[in-house]
Amino acid sequence: MAYHRFDAVIVGAGGAGLMAAIQLAGKANIAVVSKLYPPRSHTGAAQGGISAALGNTEEDHPEWHMFDTVKGGDYLVDQDAAEVLCREAIEAVLELEHMGLPFNRTPEGKLDQRRFGGHTRNFGEGPVRRACFAADRTGHMIIQTLYQQGIKHNVNFFDEHFLLDVLFADDGSCCGCVTMEIKTGEIHILHAKAVLIASGGFGRVFKITSNAMAGTGDGVAIPYRRGIPLMDMEFYQFHPTGLYKLGILLSEAARGEGGILRNNDGEAFAARYAPTLKDLAPRDMVSRFIFEEVKHGRGIDGKDYVHLDLTHLPPEVIDQKLPDVTDFARTYLGVEPKTHPVPIQPTAHYAMGGIPTDVDGRVIRDAQATVVPGFYSAGESACVSVHGANRLGTNSLVDLVVFGRRAGKHMLEFIQTAQWQQLPSNPDFIARAEVDAILSREKGESIAEIRAAMQEVMMDKVSVVREEIGMTEARDKIAELKTAYSHAAIMDKGKTFNTDLMEALELGYMLDCAETICVGAIARQESRGAHYRTDYENRDDVNWLAHTLLKKTSGGLELTKKPVTITKFQPKERKY
Amino acid sequence: MEVTLRIKRYNPDSDVKPAYKEYSVDVESTDRVLDALNQIKWKHDGTLTFRRSCAHGICGSDAMRINGRNRLACKVMMGELGRKVTIEPLIGFAVIKDLVVDMERFFDAYKSVKPYLIADEAPAGRERLQSPEDRDKYEDTTKCILCAACTTACPITWTNDEFVGPAAIVNAHRFIFDSRDNGAPERLRILNQKSGVWRCRTIFNCTDACPRGIEITKAIEEVKRALVFDRI
Repeated sequence: MAYHRFDAVIVGAGGAGLMAAIQLAGKANIAVVSKLYPPRSHTGAAQGGISAALGNTEEDHPEWHMFDTVKGGDYLVDQDAAEVLCREAIEAVLELEHMGLPFNRTPEGKLDQRRFGGHTRNFGEGPVRRACFAADRTGHMIIQTLYQQGIKHNVNFFDEHFLLDVLFADDGSCCGCVTMEIKTGEIHILHAKAVLIASGGFGRVFKITSNAMAGTGDGVAIPYRRGIPLMDMEFYQFHPTGLYKLGILLSEAARGEGGILRNNDGEAFAARYAPTLKDLAPRDMVSRFIFEEVKHGRGIDGKDYVHLDLTHLPPEVIDQKLPDVTDFARTYLGVEPKTHPVPIQPTAHYAMGGIPTDVDGRVIRDAQATVVPGFYSAGESACVSVHGANRLGTNSLVDLVVFGRRAGKHMLEFIQTAQWQQLPSNPDFIARAEVDAILSREKGESIAEIRAAMQEVMMDKVSVVREEIGMTEARDKIAELKTAYSHAAIMDKGKTFNTDLMEALELGYMLDCAETICVGAIARQESRGAHYRTDYENRDDVNWLAHTLLKKTSGGLELTKKPVTITKFQPKERKY
Repeated sequence: MEVTLRIKRYNPDSDVKPAYKEYSVDVESTDRVLDALNQIKWKHDGTLTFRRSCAHGICGSDAMRINGRNRLACKVMMGELGRKVTIEPLIGFAVIKDLVVDMERFFDAYKSVKPYLIADEAPAGRERLQSPEDRDKYEDTTKCILCAACTTACPITWTNDEFVGPAAIVNAHRFIFDSRDNGAPERLRILNQKSGVWRCRTIFNCTDACPRGIEITKAIEEVKRALVFDRI
């Protein structure tokens, strides 16, 4: 067992974690913990772009971006947070360029920008070119550039350390975390004044997902187990264009460059559902359009997928702006996008919900926004809430950079005056008990089978279209699976690089996330953004214009509502 | 279809040396090698250990030797491989367990070439300008995902602990040829050593192995020319 002391510990080395680290490096003694080598983080999978109202190719304003974000989130967005996001987006994107990010350029040498779903000029008039991009590998460039900056600033990386626990002192403040060094199996206690959770999402809860296998909600589940509430967990985005059966993401940028969705009749059906924005309507809506077409038998060959048609695009556009997207279609489906339409279906993509925070990344523990001292979150694992009920494309990369930076800045200030809190006695007790419980069972349930059952029921009953009976079945199934999990056993009992053990622990985290998704989705009796139910098809602003906070207590799960901050834009009907 | 996977296993807690173990899997031709590995781990042998994350060829976690060639396990379809497939860890780095190798030397070499922008103060409130033509000059080498397929395909790496390796040179190239960067002299000085570009024998294994299609040997050549002709 190893003991370390740091001013601050950052869990997760993706865009948000690295951005926070750069604020602190050289100014404080910090550690960045990640279960992956940082450049493997899922930020690197992002394709389409990062939005900021630079106005480089046409007129644009942060207020327009803010409106689009609020409406895109079906009015569940905290508007003060959206204002911060859209205002600081400009500075954030320029900072990335200053750090060396190789953006695509206009002929004049400025940052080029392209159209993207839900981003409009003049409050919804028509699509606007707001997304800055680096071919269709914007996320790759961001993770590489930020990792490079981490190296430049001599950030202290704890690579391939798996999160086992987050520690809280008697007064409720956060005082550190517990990790397992994957290579050796050794337990590490990191005593800190402040901890930032930037560990990303949990798409692997669903069967068809764009998320990496590492997307298992570790940093979200652990605080939940320790009594921190999770917010808006029922809001999970299904990206409309995942490769059929594989879920691999085909960027919205394909539609931004002119790609069109077609059904079995070859019809460009999006225009029927969203006359103004058509294929560039927000993702939750496009996923539902596809679902409707498939339900009415207009899927390709009557099956559960439609086509993404890029055949009419100039070949140079495809080569220069969509090289990776075309590579995926060729490699995984053997389809040449220049001449053939690509089979696609909705894929589990992004968690709008997560650990509730304020606009400085500080975690809050209730509807009154009581701060948990020393505890922060940013990126997909956090819920500020800047994305509300549905996230617009390109807003996640902005979220990472803006709120990662804000959290880092606030942490730097906080640790100047904060004291190291006393660790709980036996700080690694719970972590060791979990690990030993799994390792000690000679025989038991199969982790892989429990996981597959969870992914199946969640995809089937709690995805694009939901209703009470199905969601209740899912909730009960998850409870059953949690019991099975408590009797699960693994084959690998070794200490060195035990991925069997890691997958088992990750399943535990995913089951917790799945539980909150089901409970939140059943409780919310309305449809809003990505949460769509056939038994409550309309938005109910009277009862449900509120965030849901789900907290684990000794008496069970407690649900409270937290008001949405509304400043500039009153909720209206969401049509495109 | 039924395929036999012959995998080089090694458990440091119990094995003196590595040994091959055979598994039979039932896969579709459109399944990835990674899917086959997962099938073995989840149905037959939970101790089988390998790195993986994105499962679609962009994170670089699962570089390994598949039928003798360095590939990403999630980008190779079972259909192209035949009924008997051999899977081994990358050569040249110490094996930690099964298909997991020690990547520390790889990342140390990467860090040694100062792989970050070195530039003057940036203009406030707007971006540094860069023409599309200038942007194109280093486009290829921005694609590197640090998977180590190139470096561990290089025979020089296999026999020489000090050679900085193709990936490090690629990432140095990315900055040397970026018009916004001023750090070329420093990086060229670092690469102008025995452990730098001059160990490269233009064998082309790196270019062959790169899953991103980067023309690595060409990039190394461009760095050599910059050193010889003292200009970029």
